[in-house]
Amino acid sequence: MLLGIVPFGVITGVAMVASGIPPLVAMLMSVIVFAGASMVASAQLLASNAPALLIVFTTLVINLRFMMYSASLRLHFADAPLGKRLAIAYLTADNVYGLMLGRFAEHPDDPGKYQYFLGAGLLVWAAWQAAVLAGILIGAGVPAEWRLEFAAPLAFIAISIPFLRDRATIAAALAAGAVVVLTSDLPFRLAIVAAAFAGIVVGLAFERKKA
Amino acid sequence: MTLWLTLLGMAVVTFALRAAFLVLPPGIETPPFLRRSLRYVPAAVLTAIWAPEVLVQNEQLPAGAVAIAVAWRWRTTFATIIAGLLALHLFAWLM
Repeated sequence: MLLGIVPFGVITGVAMVASGIPPLVAMLMSVIVFAGASMVASAQLLASNAPALLIVFTTLVINLRFMMYSASLRLHFADAPLGKRLAIAYLTADNVYGLMLGRFAEHPDDPGKYQYFLGAGLLVWAAWQAAVLAGILIGAGVPAEWRLEFAAPLAFIAISIPFLRDRATIAAALAAGAVVVLTSDLPFRLAIVAAAFAGIVVGLAFERKKA
Repeated sequence: MTLWLTLLGMAVVTFALRAAFLVLPPGIETPPFLRRSLRYVPAAVLTAIWAPEVLVQNEQLPAGAVAIAVAWRWRTTFATIIAGLLALHLFAWLM
């Protein structure tokens, strides 16, 4: 798990400073936002002087999946005190969520669920921040011919595949992939917004057809 | 100033999404249509993030295909990144 998050964190740090935002801002963003894909996208938008509201909106769409995670995690933590639930919310990341869901499916009544989530979440958080810091410090020091920037889409391939569980989710992914490429001329990453909505609509349509 | 407000906005929006259902008091049901729609968000958004970098006519396309196969078979991020990067350099050299 940590083996996967470290290269992705380093690449995120490198990509953020490469897009032209100051190192301190990049690190602050990593701590308070803590969501890699939206950070790379926002750093590029910030560097191209995109309107602030649009940057926040793009962040919202890219991170909309966290809302689905919170709905799913609620099934396990609805009775926990608010403070614990807020800690879980802050530590929710793609790989932590994936790991926990596998674990909770095997041990649904484990009384140590919160400790397990907190332990894994803090470990991933610390590894992620250290990796981003390393990436920010290395900055342009990575030889361009290594083509390490390709590690970011590769990390997202690995994260996205486990979500393709049936025909409807596969159809949603195919629709999103097609739409994001077809609308790539749209300014300011709006293609990802179009793709997200296309994916939801196609997924729902497939679900209805089956029923 | 705008920069700090943007950062703050990003942090607030992201945390609000993460906390959305976790902060609801027990007993409140998630609207079924919202739940069903959210089911497709990870597949759609995560695919839309990587697709533009992979669906291009050069060595990135076959390297992406290798990465998808490795991710599908072994489900580990590290193996996917290593296999994808090696395939990228291999296909760049071959093509």
